[in-house]
Amino acid sequence: MTTAAPTVLLAGNPNSGKTSLFNRLTGARAKVGNYPGVTVERRAGTLTRGGNKIAIVDLPGTYSLTARSAEEQVAVDALLGRGDAAPDAVVVVTDATALRRGLYFVTQVLDAGHPVVVALNMMDEARASGLKVDAKRIAEALGCEVVETVATKSAGIDELAEAVARAVVAEPARVALPATGPATRPAGGPVLLPPALAEAVASIEEVVRASQLVDGAAAVRTRATWALLSIGDDDLDVEPALREAVMRVHQRARDAGRDLDEELVAWRYGRVDATLEGAIAGTVDDRKSSSNRVDAVLLHPLAGLVVFAVVMLMVFQALFAWSEPLVSAIEAGVGAVQDAVRSALPAGAVRDLLVDGVVAGVGNVIVFVPQIAMLFAFITIMEDSGYLARVAFVIDRVMGGVGLHGRAFVPMLSGFACAIPAVMATRTLESRKDRLLTMMVVPLASCSARLPVYVLITATIFDPSKKLLGVISVGAAVLLAMYGVSVVATLGAAAVLRRTVLKGPRPTFVLELPPYRMPSIRDVLLATWQRVKRFVIDAGTVILALSIVIWGLLNYPKNEQAEARFEAQRAEVTATVAEGEARDEALQTIESNAAGEALRDSAGGKLGHLIEPAIEPLGFDWRIGVGIVGAFAAREVFVSTLGIVFDVGSADEESKPLRDALVSARHPDGDKLMTPLAGISLMVFFVLAAQCMSTIAVVRRESGSWKWPALMFGYMTALAYVASLATYQIGRLLGLGLA
Amino acid sequence: MSPPPVRTLSELAVGQTAIVRHVRGERRTTVRLLEMGLVPGTEVELRRRAPLGDPLELRVRGYALSIRKTEALGIEIDAAKGTV
Repeated sequence: MTTAAPTVLLAGNPNSGKTSLFNRLTGARAKVGNYPGVTVERRAGTLTRGGNKIAIVDLPGTYSLTARSAEEQVAVDALLGRGDAAPDAVVVVTDATALRRGLYFVTQVLDAGHPVVVALNMMDEARASGLKVDAKRIAEALGCEVVETVATKSAGIDELAEAVARAVVAEPARVALPATGPATRPAGGPVLLPPALAEAVASIEEVVRASQLVDGAAAVRTRATWALLSIGDDDLDVEPALREAVMRVHQRARDAGRDLDEELVAWRYGRVDATLEGAIAGTVDDRKSSSNRVDAVLLHPLAGLVVFAVVMLMVFQALFAWSEPLVSAIEAGVGAVQDAVRSALPAGAVRDLLVDGVVAGVGNVIVFVPQIAMLFAFITIMEDSGYLARVAFVIDRVMGGVGLHGRAFVPMLSGFACAIPAVMATRTLESRKDRLLTMMVVPLASCSARLPVYVLITATIFDPSKKLLGVISVGAAVLLAMYGVSVVATLGAAAVLRRTVLKGPRPTFVLELPPYRMPSIRDVLLATWQRVKRFVIDAGTVILALSIVIWGLLNYPKNEQAEARFEAQRAEVTATVAEGEARDEALQTIESNAAGEALRDSAGGKLGHLIEPAIEPLGFDWRIGVGIVGAFAAREVFVSTLGIVFDVGSADEESKPLRDALVSARHPDGDKLMTPLAGISLMVFFVLAAQCMSTIAVVRRESGSWKWPALMFGYMTALAYVASLATYQIGRLLGLGLA
Repeated sequence: MSPPPVRTLSELAVGQTAIVRHVRGERRTTVRLLEMGLVPGTEVELRRRAPLGDPLELRVRGYALSIRKTEALGIEIDAAKGTV
């Protein structure tokens, strides 16, 4: 006997309220991690019942045990005890309003041979719609416990917990089928199949048994039927012998004019229909259901598009603008902490590291929290209410055109505010390939951090108040053009990646449109909190480390001679100029010069010089190069880094001294640095380049390897370089924007 | 005489009901559709089209399922009982 707590898997269809039920059973203290080898979230919690602890593991929502990718395989592997220990029992959550589809999955789980408890969730809705469900009869037909629940109202949770406690000590269920006789399952053995299917399955079972990967008749049957439906046209890594056997069996059936997929699935649905015979009553005219009436508006050809646009604008506005006060508050808070640390410690390298490296780096992490929290709160509300599926339904035609799923729209749109929450939002996509594809292109969306760069450069090279054709200001025209470049690049990159690195068929669009439901605030807050926590812990550590590295690059090595020289200048001013404005101004100038000199002498400054030959053909010089290096911390840092390089001290995109310095900047040969053409080339570079370490950190976290952020950084940098080079060189040839 | 042409779900008008006869296409899609309940003999209604014309919303086994037109092209149907 082991003393370890028994393990219960929580399985069920998407939209069946599985997460709500998990939260209610475990008291919402979940340990969130990934299943080994795949980036599928694994949530585990504890159910305490009469002093006994039961570990509850939440499986990804699924409609069946069929799996064509490693990620979908998580569910079937868990049931078969591959990777983890085999479960002691399984709770299958079903949506009582879509019981037939739910029970299809239930029968698959039952056949795996573990004790099963079925939760008939959303019973209130089923009743309200006029559906009469006889749980007792279903329980008898299935041969397992069936509990009625309403997770969002915490109804039936105790009964479910008790049933779970009984199940973990119970013998596996005996499945009795009313359709085919009292006991179609010999004690402990798998359910009987119709003879024609049994023969095909038996030949696969033989191979499964020989592989010795699973144990027991029920597990062998489950793996064999899983293989029959899953193998072929898949991305799975399975034993060659099994693959061969499955292909052979299918081929033989096809030669005889049979379709085994259809036979197997139809047989199972036949079992479901037999189970529900007499257990479900009441004709539901769903045309009169409230969901259908809401959909008449929300999916109306015209009104539907308007609502869609309004909701999406609201999500975007929240990320783009409503998060701003919170972001400013966090920045102010970080500044206050920096001041406190600065005044508490003696001047020196340690203080600099703490204040400008560590504290600023932590700030770089938490500054993303408002946007992440807002986006996930919105996504969870939309998902739990049923509208997220409608978003995909409405916009799929557009997204499908570039090889994406309708569900990719929300992450893409969010990318125009900030890539960090947007990359995290790709989790709402089912297939890994779709997720990776969306993740790879989202950073091309012109995020809000690029705005200060556009504003500064536009103001430097044009008179932004000047009107084009008398209507639109130059500033607005430039912005529009940059967003245009960004949209074209995002969609173009998606189309290219879909045909190359992430080659694959257009994702199948088979999407349930669940009934509209009121989301539970508790579930929304929990989901949001878990997202934020994971970001801070996983991506946050990488962002912090990179922040400190970049800070080090821009501050070391120190030039002690220069520092001594500026110290002497300071002393001289203090001694010769009387206290007052004149002295402050002189000291300020020295500060700016000292900061500029220190940056130029730093590793980052030298890096600017080092890359100058490479960026010269784009119209940039080494000073812009230093700005680009600094901007890796975050794009808007480009502006403040330029401020330091040009000896104007701390500057933002509106600051006049920086604009003046840029306007009057010259190349060594006396030519103007920021010609309109060079400015446009620089903006094109900023639209396309992967200038953001936080994006890289979060892509690494969401993709599970460094390979994908490396690919993203590589292709975006190459794209930015080539586009910028073409802009500058073609412009020069045509003699455009040189003065 | 040639056999009557096979009708597919894509030919259904909004509000019409039919019976699934067979699902053909790539297995990664057909198995999915079957498991979502579109097995032969199942009644299916075309409830509506998306505002932009594609995908489609079906009503099958008491719930709403959305698929693209390209997938609907692979779902062969028979006339529903009671319809002409």
